[in-house]
Amino acid sequence: MATRQITYLEAVREAMSLEMRENNDVFILGEDIGVYGGAFGVTRGMIEEFGPERVRNTPISEAAIAGAAIGSALTGMRPILELQFSDFITIAMDQMVNQAAKTRYMFGGKGKVPMVLRTPAGSGTGAAAQHSQSLEAWMAHIPGLKVVQPSTAYDVKGLLKAAIDDDNPVIFYEHKLLYKTTGDVPEESYKIELGKADIKREGTDVTIVATAIMVHKALEAAVELEKEGISVEVVDPRTIVPLDKETIINSVKKTGRLIVVHEAVQRGGFGGEIVSVVAESEAFDYLDAPIKRLGGKEVPIPYNPKLEKAAIPQVPDIIEAVKETVKNK
Amino acid sequence: MMVKTLKLPEMITEQKLKDLYKEMWLIRYFDEKVDQFFAKGLIHGTTHLCVGQEASAAGSIAVIGRKDKIVSTHRGHGHCISKEGDVNKMMAELFGRVTGYCKGKGGSMHIADVEKGNLGANGIVGGGLPLAVGAALTSKMKKEDYVVLCFFGDGASNEGSFHESVNLAAIWDLPVVFICENNHYGMSGPVKEMTRVENIADRASGYGIPGHVVDGLDMIEIMNTVHEAVEHARGGNGPTLIEMKTYRWKGHSKSDAKKYRTREEEKEWREKDGIKRFKETLIDAGVLTEETAKQLQEAANQEIENAVKFAESSPEPSLDSLLEDVYA
Repeated sequence: MATRQITYLEAVREAMSLEMRENNDVFILGEDIGVYGGAFGVTRGMIEEFGPERVRNTPISEAAIAGAAIGSALTGMRPILELQFSDFITIAMDQMVNQAAKTRYMFGGKGKVPMVLRTPAGSGTGAAAQHSQSLEAWMAHIPGLKVVQPSTAYDVKGLLKAAIDDDNPVIFYEHKLLYKTTGDVPEESYKIELGKADIKREGTDVTIVATAIMVHKALEAAVELEKEGISVEVVDPRTIVPLDKETIINSVKKTGRLIVVHEAVQRGGFGGEIVSVVAESEAFDYLDAPIKRLGGKEVPIPYNPKLEKAAIPQVPDIIEAVKETVKNK
Repeated sequence: MMVKTLKLPEMITEQKLKDLYKEMWLIRYFDEKVDQFFAKGLIHGTTHLCVGQEASAAGSIAVIGRKDKIVSTHRGHGHCISKEGDVNKMMAELFGRVTGYCKGKGGSMHIADVEKGNLGANGIVGGGLPLAVGAALTSKMKKEDYVVLCFFGDGASNEGSFHESVNLAAIWDLPVVFICENNHYGMSGPVKEMTRVENIADRASGYGIPGHVVDGLDMIEIMNTVHEAVEHARGGNGPTLIEMKTYRWKGHSKSDAKKYRTREEEKEWREKDGIKRFKETLIDAGVLTEETAKQLQEAANQEIENAVKFAESSPEPSLDSLLEDVYA
């Protein structure tokens, strides 16, 4: 396959466009996704190619547009709903949690809701407390939903195709600060199966399971630690529902040490689930040090850039955690 | 022949009128039976009965076709029956049996019959309105030419989802008919205390769509008004908001002591019984006689008795089915 460098943002757009050219049932709806091109510019140029019927600019009505996506999915379409900020899932919560996630089960296995809710998450843009959260653990808690958190342009394209092809509601979290990052991405369409973790870097001394932007911070930390002779393995689950437990468990069996890093507030964060999976598995017997969790501080995301940075794990925090974990090596 | 004295949409034949009369009894007997079984502890959980509200379900759904769809509410047994629902599967669902509509996993508030165009009851007040808009969007985008009847109550009209959904359907000219079954109480909250406007349909002008208030116990008025709205929607002209003034004879749910209304008020509404009124209309028009009316009523009663036998003799779901159907 011919590859070239494109951004994470372009990979999102390309995955959607390829699917929309192939399948007339796929369409996008969301606020300001028309001529404006979306709050972050993801859909720029799409209304020109696909027209206003399939790139549906909506009023500011998160509950209704989420429900309209669900109702259209239940009757044969494959909608992609863009929410401008993942914080706004709160306003669409009834539709996603009480309707989309449960419809099939409540109806005794009849009907399906093949939809994708795409939305940017995370801090780092100075948008403060209502536009910077990482609420993926909420969604991961709900049976019936799938939850994806891609970290690279390559993963975005393959995972978004898988999400669109999936017959279930999928929450697809894009990270705002990753939109401009670039990577090698094949021109053709390809799929990355949901529920397959990726080992982003192999190592032998400690496993870091990191999600979204924390994958990049963990990789940076790994480069620094290598200089001091510490070999770090970085596992990116890519999807937290379904979760590739096997890859995580096998990595911990190999390294004997585990650190979990995510941007979301540590209390009640998905890291606790990953840690439990390991603690309850045969990998427990391989542990040579206590498990560590690094997550966001228990505060709303502040506006001041220095405070904002301090609210979530940074590279030095990861380096320090690794050093503590391997000190008895 | 005599049916011509009644002004009706043309798909409403003399036979259809007879079927509708029986259907209204089917709804009433179904919910009366459910009420009895709850009292005896034979059905658990909760349920919301539409005894007294049969006309709004039967009359509205009478004027749509098989390919058209409905979105129902927590008080949805009548809607399901009218959309060609199978009372055996409904009763079995309330008994929690594997032969029920939802294999015993949904209960009263989640009965759906997707194949027949019933996109489901809904346990969330106002939860169905956005779904109806989405189903109508499919009709428009895939040019499937179906219309969606979206039922909701007076209580739901104060949910944000009502505002968002009606506006969205209006700006996109979607084929939805929003049908507010105003039974005068949102659980215990009287509509007069909870809503400032005289009629919920008055709100239609705020969305730039037609609004109509109808007597929710008058089958003829219901059929004609909904028919007009359905034609309007099918013609690509967008949604209509229809309010049907009706009354639920029973409480909100099984735990209701009905302290918020008087027995006199209940008696007044019972006297306005929509089934009795429809019978009188049909007898006057020569469609029914006292004798044929009685036969249809008895046939409905028998169908419900059979549904009970079906439900009682059906097996419960196996524990192995617990984790099935979470994902497609």
